[in-house]
Amino acid sequence: MMMLGTAGLLIINPEATVSNMLDASSGAVELCISLCGIYAVWLGILEILDASGLSDKLAKLLRPVIKRLFKGVDENVHKDIAVNISANMLGLGNAATPYGISAMKKMDDGSGVATRPMIMLMVLNATSIQLLPTTTIGLRAAAGSSSPADIILPTLIATFVTCLTGIGLVLLCGKIFKRKKQNV
Amino acid sequence: MSAYIVPIFIIFVLLYASYKNLNTYNIFVKGAKGAIELVVSIFPYIVAIMVSVALMRTSGLTDLLTRLVSPIFNFLGIPNQVSELVLLRPFTGSGSFALLNDIYSQYGPDSYISRCASVIMGSSETVFYVATVYFSQTKVKKLLYAIPCALVASLVAAVLSCLLCRVM
Repeated sequence: MMMLGTAGLLIINPEATVSNMLDASSGAVELCISLCGIYAVWLGILEILDASGLSDKLAKLLRPVIKRLFKGVDENVHKDIAVNISANMLGLGNAATPYGISAMKKMDDGSGVATRPMIMLMVLNATSIQLLPTTTIGLRAAAGSSSPADIILPTLIATFVTCLTGIGLVLLCGKIFKRKKQNV
Repeated sequence: MSAYIVPIFIIFVLLYASYKNLNTYNIFVKGAKGAIELVVSIFPYIVAIMVSVALMRTSGLTDLLTRLVSPIFNFLGIPNQVSELVLLRPFTGSGSFALLNDIYSQYGPDSYISRCASVIMGSSETVFYVATVYFSQTKVKKLLYAIPCALVASLVAAVLSCLLCRVM
């Protein structure tokens, strides 16, 4: 992708190539610094959640769902997954990331190939259910909409369907891949 | 309403921890310490994806791609003006919010196009960013069907969003 983009720019506007890359890169630095702040707060809270035993309770609460979606995953990963999913639903995508990464690390079997539970977690995060699209509503209100919140209902329906489609696809692909492996 | 959920949650956690006689301050500090390490380890991946996306956009490759797929998207009921957003959304969060703002100022925030774009924005995620960051700390090189599944689900969301905005 980087190569294609660079080649394209080379033809149209060679002078802009390097400045463009540097702009994007310093954008990444800014993003990382703000992420650092966000992660620090949420990792601190997670540590308290863990120490107080609340994350175990949350994992127990979500256990029926997690057990079905993440078959064969170790109990101690359930906690991370439970917090990750809950944070996502509250619209705290960035807060969910550290827990997701920690779960991913624990699920890695070192074979270099993604396992089904890992794929499930990634797809769940990439199609996550958002209960309230706060940023979008805020932008609409700022643009002078007469009823900025009237997108809530269609968004809710769409986000639920996306999440279910994602889960369904992962389950389906998992089955297909399993069969292929058995045939070989 | 939503503004209250997170603060209440945090107060609840702190109260519960003090009830359990834990030293919340020390535990919080211990957890927060991990943030810098985590950011340092995902930083190179974020740089790589952001630079790639910027190059794709300024080189006009995304425009080209938009022009190529918009007939297909049209067939699925996604208006031309929203196609670019559907394409850009999986790559960049900030970029797609900027585009959403452009759409608002061009068509008015209450138009069909803007409502479509808003619902798409709210029901999808930055798939490639999530994939890069989540797999960055593992040894995984082959993602198998992870990204296709997420992308297909997002496309279904986009088609559904446009449909829902037409009837609701």
